[in-house]
Amino acid sequence: MIEIRNVTRTYGPFKALDDANLTIKEGEFFSLLGPSGCGKTTLLRMIAGFDTPTSGSILIDGQPMGGTPANRRPTNMVFQSYAIFPHLNVEQNVAYGLKRMKLDASEEKRRVEEALAMVSLAGLGKRGATELSGGQRQRVALARALVMRPKVLLLDEPLSALDKKLREQMQVELRRLQQAVGITFILVTHDQYEALAMSDRIAVMFGGKIAQVAAPKEIYQRPVNRQVADFLGGMNFIKAEIVDDAGTSIVVDTLGFGRIKTDKPAAYVKNGSAATVGIRPERLRVLWDDATAKHEVAGKVVARHYFGEITHLIVEVPGMDKPLSVTETNDFGADDLPLGATIRLGYDPDALVAMAD
Amino acid sequence: MTAAAEGTAAYREVRKNAKPLLQSEASRGLALVSPTLAFAVIMLLVPILVVIAHSFWTQNYLTVDYTFTLEQYRIALTEPIYRDLLLRSLFISFSVSVLTVLLAYPIAYYISFHGGRRKSLWLFLITIPFWTSYLLRVMSWKVILGYNGVLNSGLLGLGIIDEPSTALLYNSSAVIITLTHAWAAFAILPIFVSLEKVDRTLIEAATDLGDGPIRSFLRVTLPLSMPGVISALLIVMIPTVGDYVTPKLVGGKDGVMISNAIQAQFGKALNWPLGAALSVSTMLVVSAMAAASVLLLRLLVRRAR
Amino acid sequence: MKSLLNRWLPVYAGLYIAFLYLPVLLLPIFSINTSAVPKFPLSGYTLKWYEELPHTSALLDAAWNSLIVGIAASLLATILGICAARAITRYRFPGRRPINGLIMAPLILPEIIVAVSMLLVLQRMGLGLTLFTVVLGHVLICIPYSVSVLTSGFEGFDRSLEEASADLGETAWGTFRRVTLPMMAPAIISSLLVSFTISLDDFIMAFFLAGTETTLPIYIWGQLRFAAKLPSVLALGTLLLVGSFILLTIAEVLRRRAERRTQTMGMAIA
Repeated sequence: MIEIRNVTRTYGPFKALDDANLTIKEGEFFSLLGPSGCGKTTLLRMIAGFDTPTSGSILIDGQPMGGTPANRRPTNMVFQSYAIFPHLNVEQNVAYGLKRMKLDASEEKRRVEEALAMVSLAGLGKRGATELSGGQRQRVALARALVMRPKVLLLDEPLSALDKKLREQMQVELRRLQQAVGITFILVTHDQYEALAMSDRIAVMFGGKIAQVAAPKEIYQRPVNRQVADFLGGMNFIKAEIVDDAGTSIVVDTLGFGRIKTDKPAAYVKNGSAATVGIRPERLRVLWDDATAKHEVAGKVVARHYFGEITHLIVEVPGMDKPLSVTETNDFGADDLPLGATIRLGYDPDALVAMAD
Repeated sequence: MTAAAEGTAAYREVRKNAKPLLQSEASRGLALVSPTLAFAVIMLLVPILVVIAHSFWTQNYLTVDYTFTLEQYRIALTEPIYRDLLLRSLFISFSVSVLTVLLAYPIAYYISFHGGRRKSLWLFLITIPFWTSYLLRVMSWKVILGYNGVLNSGLLGLGIIDEPSTALLYNSSAVIITLTHAWAAFAILPIFVSLEKVDRTLIEAATDLGDGPIRSFLRVTLPLSMPGVISALLIVMIPTVGDYVTPKLVGGKDGVMISNAIQAQFGKALNWPLGAALSVSTMLVVSAMAAASVLLLRLLVRRAR
Repeated sequence: MKSLLNRWLPVYAGLYIAFLYLPVLLLPIFSINTSAVPKFPLSGYTLKWYEELPHTSALLDAAWNSLIVGIAASLLATILGICAARAITRYRFPGRRPINGLIMAPLILPEIIVAVSMLLVLQRMGLGLTLFTVVLGHVLICIPYSVSVLTSGFEGFDRSLEEASADLGETAWGTFRRVTLPMMAPAIISSLLVSFTISLDDFIMAFFLAGTETTLPIYIWGQLRFAAKLPSVLALGTLLLVGSFILLTIAEVLRRRAERRTQTMGMAIA
């Protein structure tokens, strides 16, 4: 559907995008995730036609887009600022692109109303652009783009201007909308929860490079390197030594967790015999009373941070160079654990992943 | 949002370094500005250069002698009539600019800090008189300050004076009063703009750190509003030195300024080189005075801190 | 200290406004006074000075000239102002600051020096002094005002609006016609009105560059020599004052409307 082939974009000495390769499938909700300045917006703007690759090519539906200006591409965009035309009302904003198609009046009206209904703005067509709330502006921007029936909808940080509650509500709605219209959505965001919650697949980007492309679960549970792991949430990194490297899996010796056999990520880069193994804090669970697990480690609680429904425990395990972070629900009294208490932690060896540094 | 904003900022930063893009952007920008630039060059820059050239020549009745000479400058700067006119013009423009800024600052401060929701109404109110005919405003001052004028009749009516004063009109102070009135808006606006930019939390921080209202004003508000004060000073000082209408109407014999002499050289006397030399000298001298005032002001404010 | 300041500042502000408005308000007051000598107490109420105005052919000629000059100067200044303001707010180009400085220079130069410089060059070029030369002079002094009005209108303009238009299939020209121009309209009209007002009121440029032609300020200047003519000049001045006030109020309302537009956009982004 969309192919990014060896695309590089430089501004003087600065490489905003460095040899990016990516294939986005038809009907997919795809996210470009990364910190500011990672090149995600540059890539999105090049797909839209507002920027041109220094080298490489972008294909949409097999058609190379080089030389095709933004107004002749089968893409439409929801801008970060929404870019609602302030001199036009809601209806006129939505009909803006249709005007050039020279549809007959009734057809145009029908399509505008359909688009407004799709984003739950039916009946607000006559409202002035300056009288809209942030959430409404966002819906108008969506309707204005969707009414063009693009092959690809591009969304540039569309939720960043909304408050937390509205943002969560819009995440659900955007996902529903994408499934309803069935076209490809490409979302640019720096918010990992947003990407995880909405996407079919995510490309995580750092410093102009695409670090990993995978489904949300895969990205979260099997990050290819520490940077990706870190960006997507808390992770305990444990030093390890490679004992055996056998094709799709490797065996490592760790301090504290002993010898582990784990899947080798596709993009794993071997770095001598040293390796890093990671485990997410919520994959370590406190074993209360005489509960046991097949795999467990014991340690001493040295700090405790209360977060309402969960408590964050910092646990020192003998033999390990760094204490472990553990996220535990408060159902069993993790918030009341005394400092210095010795606890046992159970884990599933599958939750331990090897990754490049 | 912050991250996103940083993103765009970083993006712009990056854009600035973009060579090929810069070139196309630069050429488009230059192409767009070129008609206006061409007009300004032909109607302003070239004429000023021509005037500077003339100031080094000599008038021979109806022709101009093109041999280089500093004679015109000697006349302009040392002949008592011109020297006195120039000094008086400088004195008047200096007094007017200082007076205007002093009077304008509290108003700008009041609008900026206490204007509340009516700030733009206040600004509109202040700019309105400035947009009415300049000639007629000067005329009004003549009516106010005249022998039979409003001020004299008012003072007589109140019994403060016994007979109309002639001291009000046809002298330098009449010129100064009129010009101070005429240029008020030009001083208030830049000061207001710079006061608006002062981050209010800075003043709170100064108070929090133990400064009283006067000290926090002197140490925070005033220094931060200096750019506005300086542009107000310049925007009043430089143009007023060449005012023509006011001295002509309310200045009388003692209020004549350099512009009246310049006009005479380009008009009846038909001595363009001397007129040119007078113009150039005026510009140079007033620029020097403006620069000195700015330096002095900066020094004073630094001392206040 | 603080309360003292808070109590006296409004009083000072009131006095200052009185100082600003006193001379301006004297014009209409004395223009309806029966006596030709402007002094208090007023001798009686009359509209005769106004009635005379339409029967003075020199005045009508001057007014007509002023109208022509004003329209021509405001149009030209605004067109040139649009070019400069758009270039300065939208593009980065080498020499942007000095170019901006030159364009804005007439704002700070003594007007008489600008006027005599132009006079000198026009005379040297052998160009006769006509209303056309007055228009050139007025365009020069109006451009800085036009540029500042337009720049403030253009600055808040979100570039993504034009991108959005292109994204929705519109061409460059279509984008200019359907997005850029309508959004700029209030600033443009405001610039036209401000320029027209400046041209209408300007004396110095016209005085040096009009040759034998007259504009309203030149006519007024000529009348000021005769004490007996003062009341009719005051009547004329009152009419000009009312006219300027109306034009500027419209300009201000439009400017605020444009600002509100860009401001709400800004708020949505922030």
